Amino acid sequence: MNNAIEIKNLCKNYPAFNLKNVNITLPKGYIMGFIGANGAGKSTTISSLLGLVNTDGGVCLIDGKEMRYMNKAEKAQVGVVLDECNFPEVLNWKQVDKFMKKIYSTWDSESFSDRCKNWGLPEKTIVSKYSKGMKMKLAIAAAMCHGAKLLVLDEATSGLDPVVRSEILDILMEFVQNEEHSVFISSHIISDLEKICDYITFIKNGEIIFTAEKDSLTEKYGILRCSNSDFEAVDKNAVIAYNRNSFAVDALVDRSKISGDYIIDKASVEDIMLYYMKEGKI
Amino acid sequence: MNIIISNGSNDPIYTQIEQQIKAAIVSGQLKEGDMLPSMRVLAKELHISILTTKRAYEELERGGFIQTVAGKGCFVAPKNLEFVREMHLQELEDALAKAAELAKMCNIPDREVHTMLDMFLKGDLYE
Repeated sequence: MNNAIEIKNLCKNYPAFNLKNVNITLPKGYIMGFIGANGAGKSTTISSLLGLVNTDGGVCLIDGKEMRYMNKAEKAQVGVVLDECNFPEVLNWKQVDKFMKKIYSTWDSESFSDRCKNWGLPEKTIVSKYSKGMKMKLAIAAAMCHGAKLLVLDEATSGLDPVVRSEILDILMEFVQNEEHSVFISSHIISDLEKICDYITFIKNGEIIFTAEKDSLTEKYGILRCSNSDFEAVDKNAVIAYNRNSFAVDALVDRSKISGDYIIDKASVEDIMLYYMKEGKI
Repeated sequence: MNIIISNGSNDPIYTQIEQQIKAAIVSGQLKEGDMLPSMRVLAKELHISILTTKRAYEELERGGFIQTVAGKGCFVAPKNLEFVREMHLQELEDALAKAAELAKMCNIPDREVHTMLDMFLKGDLYE
């Protein structure tokens, strides 16, 4: 299997929310960013992937296998970091190390203590006295030290300051130096993801709007800036969404469909997402 | 080797990498058989996507500048003489275009420019 994650036609129905035919493929060795507004279905997708909820259709494969049919050793190859650190608050990391050793036969104590020391986690302080950034680092260290080949992070960087976020990105880049390792990270801090992700998947109201290589997205889209009268002449098929004010129009456009001499700025992934959120309000 | 990525540049990042490695090869800073950093290391160091570095290396390989040895890495290919000549021709063209423009601006007759160039080519002016 060459895909770390393969989600096919995933459906999940809740009374007020549905996931509709979600398809995501992440090849091994790469990082995928999973973006979308709050309540768009990011966490539901991740819970389904991890087999934490029953789905109403479709399959979620990790390295070719559904999580709920995996044995212990296979499960150890998946590292999960949720938005909170769920270790007992009264332990310090030495003690966390001790009990994790009992849970995972593949637990690498040495690598865990190295990471904790390198990342500045004090040995004697208990988890409840940690800052949010320290808790997150502890959770990531733990997820990486039981032989995980796939890291799944759900909002792991939200609420952290830029310095810690940047450190975490470094850690993730370090992790994928091994070609067998992959990362699936959901976040709404898109500028973080924009730097390091190879693939971006955007979900809106339970539907995947696009899933593509990041570079191809930034190449495909641009932001057109023109006057109100010029905008009338622009091919509307090329326009995804626009912002109009009394002096000018800004529009997210498909560069390949625009001909003529216009000012087209580079669009960041964040721009693309924001315009897509507006879509339908045209 | 230095690789400087600018976010303000109009060139996509993979082109920026491709051109800087190309320049290093043509200038002789990188020599035949030298090993290039792996795509993953380069991506990590520059904080960019692995797919971006992969694409830059693919373009370089297509241009005949580097060779990939499976399982070992990417190496600078034997210098493609024809390509180096092409690069030099391009440079020459640019320089001559500048000279022609200057001549036109200062109203120097074509004949005089030609003689001047001939003298340069014969090496008279260097003596």
